[in-house]
Amino acid sequence: MMALDQQQSALLQEVTQFIYREARLQDEHAYDDWEALWTDDGVYWIPANGDACDPERDMSIVYDNRSRIALRIRQLHTGKRHAQAPRSRLRRVVSNIELLEPAGDEIRVTCNAMVFESNLRDDTVWASRNEYQLRRVDGALRMVRKTVNLVNNDKALFSMSFLI
Amino acid sequence: MSAGAAAIPDLGELIRPEHVHGSVYSSEALFEAELEKIWYRTWVYVGHVSEVPNANDYVLKSIGRQPVIMTRDRDGGIHLLLNRCTHRGNQVCVFDKGNTRTFTCPYHGWTFSNTGQLRGYPFPSGYEGADRENLGLGRVPRMAQYKGFVFGSFAEEGPSLEEHLGGALEAIDRLVRNSPEGEVEITAGFLKHKAKANWKFLVENETDGYHPQFVHASIFSVAESGIGDLYSSDSTAVTRYLGGGHSECDLRPEFRRLDKPLGWFGTSAERMPDYVEAMNAAYGADKAREIMIDGTPHTMIFPNLFIAEIQIFVLEPVAVNETIQHVTAIQFKGAPEMNRRLRQQTMGSVGPAGFLLADDSEMYERNQRGIQVRDPEWVFLGRGKHRERLDEDGFMVGDATDEVPSRGMWAHYRAMMEAE
Repeated sequence: MMALDQQQSALLQEVTQFIYREARLQDEHAYDDWEALWTDDGVYWIPANGDACDPERDMSIVYDNRSRIALRIRQLHTGKRHAQAPRSRLRRVVSNIELLEPAGDEIRVTCNAMVFESNLRDDTVWASRNEYQLRRVDGALRMVRKTVNLVNNDKALFSMSFLI
Repeated sequence: MSAGAAAIPDLGELIRPEHVHGSVYSSEALFEAELEKIWYRTWVYVGHVSEVPNANDYVLKSIGRQPVIMTRDRDGGIHLLLNRCTHRGNQVCVFDKGNTRTFTCPYHGWTFSNTGQLRGYPFPSGYEGADRENLGLGRVPRMAQYKGFVFGSFAEEGPSLEEHLGGALEAIDRLVRNSPEGEVEITAGFLKHKAKANWKFLVENETDGYHPQFVHASIFSVAESGIGDLYSSDSTAVTRYLGGGHSECDLRPEFRRLDKPLGWFGTSAERMPDYVEAMNAAYGADKAREIMIDGTPHTMIFPNLFIAEIQIFVLEPVAVNETIQHVTAIQFKGAPEMNRRLRQQTMGSVGPAGFLLADDSEMYERNQRGIQVRDPEWVFLGRGKHRERLDEDGFMVGDATDEVPSRGMWAHYRAMMEAE
């Protein structure tokens, strides 16, 4: 692992702040602010059944293109999304933020996350490795792709109706 | 409470024509009895032949709480083996799927063929005189398949699979004909979604036409879906009890009224030209049109296979208050443009984060908590009793939102549980 130069350090700090902010918006169900973090071609992906999931062939827990992300948010806004009424109480910790090789002009970053969810059923802990592809749009970072690799995605899971 | 400690309640006291007692969903003693009287007796859906397409493929499945390895041997035969070494009970396979001619127990190295026979054990001189013929893997005593759907029964004798499917047999016919090659494939892998609820809540909900407008109001409103209208008091769709615990929501009257090929799938013939051409070539234009208007079934095959129009659910009872729903998109052989859309719609609607199923599962879990309330103790299942009628085939039908399927299932459940 090479040492970060000054430019990379600044980028890491900016990306870290972005990821923390995204985490807080999710925890606090700030749906519109979260949706605004996406580019128009954003893809939100939560694979199933281990690490070899091909979303164009295999079932994924979530494989939302941008319009389906918007649909997901609109459903949450109805107040009749029963699995989120009452809303899950959430707090997550994000760490191990690491810049990866960029993809062209786009930034690639990965991190680990643990989410504590409390809802009508019980308290549930969700753990994942998240991968982001970020693009600078009008000077601000935006998500082109967010992949949430749940550690236990090969097992039966309870409903996961909040934003992870 | 240990399973054996509690006596099995008298079902005559708990199941009435229009009511069931809340304890039928929460009694641990009843759950244990159900495993023996239902899950380890009747035909239970295990898997589809397309999940083991090649020689020596296998996939892990279950019947009730029994772990089953579904294998395809080198000659193409399907076997349902029990995942337990005959030596000291270790699991012989722990990977969800794979390809192998043999299973070797990691504990002492006993090796079994994928047809179940004991192939060998290390240091055989220690087993002089052992009866190797009887040391093969356990197997589900009866296995049968219908159009690629593989079922197993732990009863050595009993009705044939086709007798068991009875009125639900036609649902499988009606499903597979939506493929231009007359076959479905289960190849997209399963989402596994668990809920803290009794399995019978899920069975009943699958053909409950009363709940969609309320449980799914959120997604129907924002997706501008027409599905809600299929389950209204004005709908011409019917609920039907098919005997044997099986039931369906028959939406064909609505689809025929709309008279639009592929309308059932929220699309049109114009948007699926390759599929329409393949269907016309396979069945002739008139028959293809009829198939594409009628669509696919919405049928619950008791106790664990729900053919849900575009996906199948396989129910696995884990505990009296926990059930896993295994769900995947149906794929029609020879219909790639349909299959992509089937996967996309399935991923959107079902599984842990699904627009539909997260809310259904929320209802299951609240129901499980609710039925523990002491007053009233009874669940009321009388909706549409006054208007239920026999159809031309002799099956009981009700309006789209009526509780005909639940009443039928409970009568069948009681008969199974009271059988010797």
